[in-house]
Amino acid sequence: MDNFEPKIVAFCCNWCSYAGADLAGTSRMQYCPNIRVIRVMCSGRVNPLFVLKALSIGADGVLILGCHPGDCHYIEGNYKTMRRIPLLQKMLKQLGIEKERVRLEWVSASEGAKFAEVANNFTQSIKNLGPSSSGSFKQNSEEGKHG
Amino acid sequence: MAKLKIALYWAASCGGCEIATLAIGDKILKLAEVADIVFWPVGIDFKYADVEKMPDKSIDACLFNGAIRTSENEHIAKLLRAKSKIMIAYGSCSYEGCIPGLSNFYNRQLTFERAYIETPTTDNPEKILPQTKVKVPEGELELPEFYDTVKTLAQTVDVDYFVPGCPPEEKTTWLALEALVTGKLPPKGTVISHSVKAVCDECLRKKEEKKIKKFYRPYEKIPEPEKCLLEQGFLCYGVATRGGCGALCPQANMPCTGCYGPVEGVVDQGAHFLSALASIIDSNDPEEIQKIIDDIPDPAGTFYRYSLPDSLLRRARIK
Repeated sequence: MDNFEPKIVAFCCNWCSYAGADLAGTSRMQYCPNIRVIRVMCSGRVNPLFVLKALSIGADGVLILGCHPGDCHYIEGNYKTMRRIPLLQKMLKQLGIEKERVRLEWVSASEGAKFAEVANNFTQSIKNLGPSSSGSFKQNSEEGKHG
Repeated sequence: MAKLKIALYWAASCGGCEIATLAIGDKILKLAEVADIVFWPVGIDFKYADVEKMPDKSIDACLFNGAIRTSENEHIAKLLRAKSKIMIAYGSCSYEGCIPGLSNFYNRQLTFERAYIETPTTDNPEKILPQTKVKVPEGELELPEFYDTVKTLAQTVDVDYFVPGCPPEEKTTWLALEALVTGKLPPKGTVISHSVKAVCDECLRKKEEKKIKKFYRPYEKIPEPEKCLLEQGFLCYGVATRGGCGALCPQANMPCTGCYGPVEGVVDQGAHFLSALASIIDSNDPEEIQKIIDDIPDPAGTFYRYSLPDSLLRRARIK
């Protein structure tokens, strides 16, 4: 378990969190390399399906990073995310997946330091949880009708 | 023209689909004119050995209902696939796993303990559980193996068409049978239904802006007769469910439960309903949102009522 390096997917909104991650990078801030950033136009674009897909193909944790409430470029996209994630977490718990594997945080374009801190903190908490078993099942696409 | 040869089979299902095939009413006479039923365990006394003797691809179409839960289900699915030109997953169980698929919240051991030991009406002091082989004075008896995970038909064999519904409505069944009888077959993989859009598209209730402060279960309040059920706070699954049924449940004051599966192009019906439902919660305050969500006692069972085996995660992880 000591050598466990979790795979973490971070969905970052284009207008705040992705710029925040960019700032962390250009400021030469060090953070855990376990984070794989995927840029989306808005945290509201993150259909819970994306999170389930990530978990089902081997992600140990999923971060969703959006603009602070009130700051959404599309006015209320992040409010939708704020409502979806707790319901998704409640559902994941029933499916035997720890709700701590999915986390929603607000990171603005000026918060490079917060991005690095969230990345480190989340990576550590996933390391403590251990590898996820959620990816252990064969994908539908391999044998089912769905792509 | 030679008569079509049709086989019908049930795997892990309740028998409702068998009744649904008969619900086509007098059209069954039309079917009998052009088709012979060569295998149908519910209605006709053919044995598995009879099917094994048939040449490969000698059955024109097989309407297979029920999910794959035991080694027997799997064996017959593979056998009928080999013998049939067209394999149709008929009904929600074979299409998506449906109610038997809810067993994927547990595994074999937990299911057996519940069914054969814990249930209040069970008297089993010796805690006997089904075995695949049992010795009796007359010899050894065999039972099919019960799997940990329920699968859909398409996760087991190659499937040509899907007929949605729990059970499929009469007109949906006839749409599929008519395609077979006339030979006008849609492209492979088609989900045969009158609609590719959501149930809401057919629902006659008045739809305005959806904003929800509180969710209700059907017993908690009497719905207003004309207003959209979702807008009234009922967990009506119509927004994320394929139409074609004629929106029968909402007309009868019951929220849609999602039996026709996802709308065209959607993977994982449950995730889409979750997304749509959570988005219309009328609050921007995390604490209030949590309180509103607490009104949904069983989100996974509600969102995946018909589709857990066909979902991205397929089953719960058991520690």
